[in-house]
Amino acid sequence: MPDRARPTPTPRGRTKGPAVRPPVPDGTRVDVRKTYKLFIGGAFPRSESGRSYPATGPDGTVLAHAARASRKDARDAVVAARKAVPGWSGATAYNRGQVLYRVAELLEGRAAQFTAECVQGEGVSWAGAERTVTAAIDRWVWYAGWPDKVAQVAGSANPVAGPYFNFSVPEPTGVVAVVAPAAPSLLGLVSVLAPVIATGNAAVVVASEAAPLPAVTLAEVLATSDVPPGVVNILTGYTAELAPVLAAHMDVNAIDLTGVAAGGRAELERLAARNVKRVFAADGDWEAPPGTARMLAFLEIKTVWHPIGI
Amino acid sequence: MDAHVATGAAGVAAAGTGTVSIGAVSSDAALRQILHGLPGVDQVGAHERAASLATRSIKREAKLWALEMAVTMVDLTTLEGADTPGKVRGLCAKARQPDPADPAVPPVAAVCVYPDLVALARAELAGSPVAVASVATAFPSGRASMAVKLADVADAVAAGAHEVDMVIDRGAFLAGRYAQVFEEVRAVREACGGAHLKVILETGELATLDNTARAAWLAMLAGADFIKTSTGKVTPASTPPVALVMLSAVRDFAEATGRRVGVKVAGGIRAAKDAIRYLVLVRETAGPDWLTPQLFRIGASSLLNDLLMQRSKQLTGAYAGPDYFTLD
Amino acid sequence: MAGGSWEYAPAPEARDIVTIRREYGLFLAGEFVPPAAGESFTTLNPASEEPLAQVAAAGAADVDRAVTAARDAFERTWGQLPGRERAKYLYRIARAIAERAREFAVLESLDNGKPIKESRDVDVPLAAAHFFYHAGWADKLEYAGYGPGPRPIGVAGQVIPWNFPLLMAAWKLAPALATGNTCVLKPAETTPLTALLLAEVIAEAGLPPGTVNVITGDGSTGAELVRHPGVAKIAFTGSTEVGKQIQAAIAGTGKRLTLELGGKAANVVFDDAPLDQAVEGIVNGIFFNQGHVCCAGSRLLIQESVADTVLSRLKRRLATLRLGDPLDKNTDIGAINSREQLDKITGLVAAGEAEGAQRWSPPCQLPAKGFWFPPTVFTGVSQSHRIAREEIFGPVLSVLTFRTPEEAVAKANNTPYGLSAGVWTEKGSRILWMAQRLRAGVIWANTYNRFDPASPFGGYTESGFGREGGRAGLAAYLDA
Repeated sequence: MPDRARPTPTPRGRTKGPAVRPPVPDGTRVDVRKTYKLFIGGAFPRSESGRSYPATGPDGTVLAHAARASRKDARDAVVAARKAVPGWSGATAYNRGQVLYRVAELLEGRAAQFTAECVQGEGVSWAGAERTVTAAIDRWVWYAGWPDKVAQVAGSANPVAGPYFNFSVPEPTGVVAVVAPAAPSLLGLVSVLAPVIATGNAAVVVASEAAPLPAVTLAEVLATSDVPPGVVNILTGYTAELAPVLAAHMDVNAIDLTGVAAGGRAELERLAARNVKRVFAADGDWEAPPGTARMLAFLEIKTVWHPIGI
Repeated sequence: MDAHVATGAAGVAAAGTGTVSIGAVSSDAALRQILHGLPGVDQVGAHERAASLATRSIKREAKLWALEMAVTMVDLTTLEGADTPGKVRGLCAKARQPDPADPAVPPVAAVCVYPDLVALARAELAGSPVAVASVATAFPSGRASMAVKLADVADAVAAGAHEVDMVIDRGAFLAGRYAQVFEEVRAVREACGGAHLKVILETGELATLDNTARAAWLAMLAGADFIKTSTGKVTPASTPPVALVMLSAVRDFAEATGRRVGVKVAGGIRAAKDAIRYLVLVRETAGPDWLTPQLFRIGASSLLNDLLMQRSKQLTGAYAGPDYFTLD
Repeated sequence: MAGGSWEYAPAPEARDIVTIRREYGLFLAGEFVPPAAGESFTTLNPASEEPLAQVAAAGAADVDRAVTAARDAFERTWGQLPGRERAKYLYRIARAIAERAREFAVLESLDNGKPIKESRDVDVPLAAAHFFYHAGWADKLEYAGYGPGPRPIGVAGQVIPWNFPLLMAAWKLAPALATGNTCVLKPAETTPLTALLLAEVIAEAGLPPGTVNVITGDGSTGAELVRHPGVAKIAFTGSTEVGKQIQAAIAGTGKRLTLELGGKAANVVFDDAPLDQAVEGIVNGIFFNQGHVCCAGSRLLIQESVADTVLSRLKRRLATLRLGDPLDKNTDIGAINSREQLDKITGLVAAGEAEGAQRWSPPCQLPAKGFWFPPTVFTGVSQSHRIAREEIFGPVLSVLTFRTPEEAVAKANNTPYGLSAGVWTEKGSRILWMAQRLRAGVIWANTYNRFDPASPFGGYTESGFGREGGRAGLAAYLDA
């Protein structure tokens, strides 16, 4: 069995310039270019606005034309996410763990593609991109183990002073909007997305504006895994255009502003206050152990009382 | 009459189960349908409600009223193997005139004795409003044949008992033989003739408040004039939550059938404060209409003197001493 | 001696146990001081409208002094104390509240209007219990599950409401202090007195000056506190409207925030409920503390097959409620806390009638002076009525019906709020099914309005975020 953790780099991946669309040498076949679309409710629509924007490498090379999601696309994504909440949050934690682990298996198979996309989109070395991609896969595996443990870590049986059984359980908050960090494009995305869905929430993700391609590829992975439609929705486009829509949306329960520069957060937090959204943002070292803070941020503690009697 | 009662009860008892037919009322299954169709009783909630009512603060004229009302509700009781004519004579004297120093103190409701002492008590209480109550039906365990129980009742009634305190067969009740319990109560009711029937549930042996409610309904359906908590021979005897549940049962029964059944609490009630707490339970659960000896009794012995001592304190402002109240 | 004539005589709790000063200053850096601008306001006894005291109105300069004092204490004294020493101070406070329980209870009932039996049996003992519980956490935080070295955040600005003045002060101060933070507490304008008495207790307990500061005032004082740059954490209990303003006001500042806001809880009664206890739970759910409870069971959802039975039992029970002098030990329903709140309740009740719901109250004599509202039940309410959607925060119950468990859940969750809910059924599996689906932070099954320091409390959605109480409540005050 090949060592899939270290895929053999393709020569194409190491080249600079229009890497995913190399000029076609004489006598070889014309490659099939990928259209980068949105991922909403399990489908891959173009933006309803018909707009796209060039996703470029750091040197300005156009890598692809990513869909530029509109306000309506954001709204559709929230609707899809809301629809997915009962099924996903109601699934057994064991089942969610299985589904997420399956995603990790598929990510592993696409490691080379992700690495190539990171190299092109972020301008990092192959080795550097590979490190963050494998870290992203490992992180996904880490989160895949959490669904059936987080309730034991975050929940409690509470010894109240009376004849009552009292327990607290964490529950998903519902629909979480996530503005993914610009880079590392896959590891950052996985680090903000996985904790949201591992805890049973449905996510609407605004992908890295600068490097959206790995997010679309991740969407393809999710679409071919067992993650139910709508649990993850991925929007590519302009953060400045999409984030305020999601921050103000009255059917979004929480928002992760990690991908928004510190200076841009105040206005979004103000919008989030309209329906008392849970707001989370944490910058930091993406390769460090993530801890539980990102999961706890999107969990609600529910406490149940019942008398003990005969 | 039974059929009417049962029909009314079923309507309240089991929302949605409809009414029970006349012929079926005395079968285990029919009774089970009624009794298990009663709303459940949450023990913690019932205890909390009783505890909350226990914090009512009864002061001044309200307290005096309650103390005097409690005196008139006492079934002054002696139920000992060592009971003698002398003991009963003393008790009867106390019942007629609880406080020789203050003729304003009303007599108690009844004296309560074993059947063989009924005739004596009747004689001692002649000319007074104090009734004679007799325990019967193989009190306190109820472990005897139906024939023996009925003979016990007939004996007491023949001796002149105004009231009969019977015990239910807790074994039969706990085994689900509701028809047997029903039939015993019905037969005793018949044997009582004009005497009032108090049915002792012995809630301490029924263990749960659900059972207390069911036994209360069973006794009422079978014709009880009173339902009574305890024999006084089993611990726990009467407790405020038990009384709360029984008072709720008589309230609901009256609402369903129009017939008011009384409640008697008995066993371990020694302090005036406890008696007043029971009166609060009566007032706020069954309602003020039950605040009469015709519908509420307290089976006790040493309680009476505490009621008198507290009454004296209310009237004089000084705490009383036991030497000033007669022991009989 | 006839049955039925037994009326309870008045049983007033003695008022002279508490000495109310004519004037109260601000509690800053360990002592009571006058406000910089010298302004004050009057706090009333809502049961009589009699003025109780003049209380300092803290302005921006006072808020700054308070935050500075708290910052100093955080950096120099309290923040440097080992957990075991903090614990001992909190135990002292718990004990002192218990020692002076009667005084606190009477003062609370005077200033707030709540019945003495509630301040005596609920507010004060729970406040003491809250300090006692959190005292024990102070030296055990590394075991709380928030990582190896949980650290305090800094100065906590805490703004509390008027419905449980002392208890909310305890809910805020105890966890903040246990975790090593220092506090600036802003009691509600209409109920400042018990927080000031608590300040006295804290001073006597010997906490380093500045560890706890109490600044009295109106909403503008609270707003000053919220925007003060020296405050690292805001904890607010109050209306959703103000909660949103606070969340917006601190946007982008990085201040930590927990909000415990309004509610419109459903209390769901199934046909197999223990009916008598359910009726008690309904009464306790909405008439406890005059309905001035964010988690009040203000929407009663009854299964249609028992709706008539439950309603008739409820009405019979409500007829036994005793409304009147809050200091009378037999009073069940006290005074509405303020004219403003009374107006709000009156307005919403008028809207309920205008929208066609049927209003009912038991026969009930309202005192001539003071702010009063009778226990009120609306039947024929539908989800679209304002009285089914808006938090009334008064003794007003809206009754709706449902047919199936699914319908009950759908109606219960059909609200922007999500603080609490009640479920009444004898069927265990249905309780858990309901508890799983109700979107609320606290689910009371076969009980209602129970509180305990070990039990996390807080809301979903627009009822706020963060928890108070239990292990979960520590997170609000830890930098983990």
